[in-house]
Amino acid sequence: MTTPLLEIENLHTYFYTDNGVARAVDGVSFSVGVGETVGVVGESGCGKSVTALSILRLVRPPGRIEPGSVMRFEGRDLLGLEEREMQHVRGNRIAMVFQEPMTALNPVFTVGDQIGEVARIHANASKREAWAKAIEMLKLVGIPAPEQRAGEYPHQLSGGMRQRVVIAMALVMNPALIIADEPTTALDVTIQAQILELLADLTRRLGTSVLLITHDLGVVAENCTRVIVMYAGEVVEEASTVDLFARAHHPYTEGLLGAMPRVGGEKDRLATIPGTVPAPTDWPKGCRFRDRCPYSWERCAAEHPPLYQIAGGHTSRCHLADEPERRQHPHPPLAAQRGASAA
Amino acid sequence: MTVPAHDATRPLLSVRDLTRHFPIKRGVFGRVTGQVRAVDGVSFDVAPGETLALVGESGCGKSTTGRAILRLIEPTSGAVTFDGIDVLSLDGAELRKLRRRMQIVFQDPFSSLNPRMSIGAIVREGLTIHRLAEGGAADARVRQLLEEVGLRPEYATRYPHEFSGGQRQRVGIARALSVEPSFIVCDEPVSALDVSVQAQVVNLLQDLQRDRGLAYLFIAHDLSIVEHIADRVAVMYLGHIVELAPVERLYREPVMPYTQALLSAVPAPEPGVKRERILLAGDVPSPANPPSGCVFHPRCQHPARDAACAKIVPPLEEKAPGHWAACIKQPPTSVSWEQQQAAGGTKPPEFFLPRAALHRSA
Repeated sequence: MTTPLLEIENLHTYFYTDNGVARAVDGVSFSVGVGETVGVVGESGCGKSVTALSILRLVRPPGRIEPGSVMRFEGRDLLGLEEREMQHVRGNRIAMVFQEPMTALNPVFTVGDQIGEVARIHANASKREAWAKAIEMLKLVGIPAPEQRAGEYPHQLSGGMRQRVVIAMALVMNPALIIADEPTTALDVTIQAQILELLADLTRRLGTSVLLITHDLGVVAENCTRVIVMYAGEVVEEASTVDLFARAHHPYTEGLLGAMPRVGGEKDRLATIPGTVPAPTDWPKGCRFRDRCPYSWERCAAEHPPLYQIAGGHTSRCHLADEPERRQHPHPPLAAQRGASAA
Repeated sequence: MTVPAHDATRPLLSVRDLTRHFPIKRGVFGRVTGQVRAVDGVSFDVAPGETLALVGESGCGKSTTGRAILRLIEPTSGAVTFDGIDVLSLDGAELRKLRRRMQIVFQDPFSSLNPRMSIGAIVREGLTIHRLAEGGAADARVRQLLEEVGLRPEYATRYPHEFSGGQRQRVGIARALSVEPSFIVCDEPVSALDVSVQAQVVNLLQDLQRDRGLAYLFIAHDLSIVEHIADRVAVMYLGHIVELAPVERLYREPVMPYTQALLSAVPAPEPGVKRERILLAGDVPSPANPPSGCVFHPRCQHPARDAACAKIVPPLEEKAPGHWAACIKQPPTSVSWEQQQAAGGTKPPEFFLPRAALHRSA
């Protein structure tokens, strides 16, 4: 692995709601190297988006990053920074690309103004310089007729174009890290292909690191060197992309890969993961995946599994690492045994 | 007129030249200044027990087609025949009667269930309206339906907000099944769900089809799900069906350059296996102002594309048994080379199947 650009250690982000404390991110650690593209996968509610917001310190009350969490970026402790210094990091050094480009853009300003605003705020550019920068960035992200497009409003652009504009905004200050939260989920496949190609090409050329948050394992397979799988607020597996797809260790990862229909794949019944994700206000003791797991045994109820080292650069939060022979004896998961309640 | 039909079996549903245009209104008097041609001459058949998938990108008209068949949106013109009944000529009461046999499952399990009704009441409504069961018999039927879709019968007294997306989609399916239809329009039934839950719902739909002989019109944009569930696939682009073929054939040998690009864009779920990609330039044109001739011609990468493509509207024709496509440059075609030349054509048709279309991961 390359030198770490971002290091997250033991990140806890809790939300203090009327229904109790939602431990959305509950002890997450990982790092992103210089020039690396790391994927974070998991289903809704696993904590992947809250992790992204935490890195930028954009978690709002009732949410809070708990004491003891550590986030180092370019050698600096992000949690120790003043809000003013943090504003400098946001946009300048770390930029974010959101899922829904329409809500990430302001409908009453032209896209040129919005891209230029980044340069005006972060680089004290004059109005003229900012406009020139906006046109340069639009050109960079492959928007035809950038001089004309810069004067248009977001609603005049298609979904794919808007996402290009959002990427252009993210790249204005040439950040070291881009956090892309489901950047293509709202887009059609052919547009998704264009956007991912663009992101890969730009980061290769500019040496930018990317934290790519997605629920789509296909997107991960094609774009990431390393993958982090999250479940119920925790990292449950981390591996190189090749290892993860060839030798998934955690039963949840195994389930995700099995549930994914593949173009050109077998036409059998899809494997499913019975049951649902537990509520973040009430994570079960022991292993949080236990009820849905086809291998679970007594130990899984009693003992919260640590991240076991499986191989170099491959970790898994599953006691199977300790007792691998149990993998030979799968059984219907508890969630399925409980009868017709599975959803 | 010949149309894409499934074998020799009598179709359960047949759709002919279906169009739906939405007027564009301007000014205070709502003057009609143009038409959005959302669905523009769509024809296909669905056989009993068959799954026909309708795929395409957002705005291609696939959902409008599904809704126009059920007359949830009134079609502008065309014909829809369901089991010998002319659907478009029915009045209110007759239509309601027919809806017992044609149902729909919606995409969004959050907005398609009334939050003020219990799950039991939602599933029971159809039984009451169609006078299929009353009182204790209806209660028993509701419990049975919930069990069939994998929900606990005691959930009948709970409300939609107490359920997850996957569970709500099961309620939507139970509601559709309550009136014992033979045909269901599934409008993106799994696209709002997580992967693992998506698989549960797809399996459920397949089990129900096997047990009850249901026919599905499965509307989706996710091509990997479609390959898994469909018997035949129709690809839509800008309100037109551009290709229709049995699923294996469409995925192995897509004839339309648009289908080829669409398939090549699906991310391969295996690291290292990078699918060769046909990147389409630009965006889908507006259906308010579609390109002349072949609607796909401005973005097409067929080597024989020429001026004729901008002039001649390509007919949907049978390129191989059961394999229909609308392209005058992929032989065989009923549009002769002389006709193409008369329209300014300079390149004769030639069979084209780029590597990306053949390069499948398995």
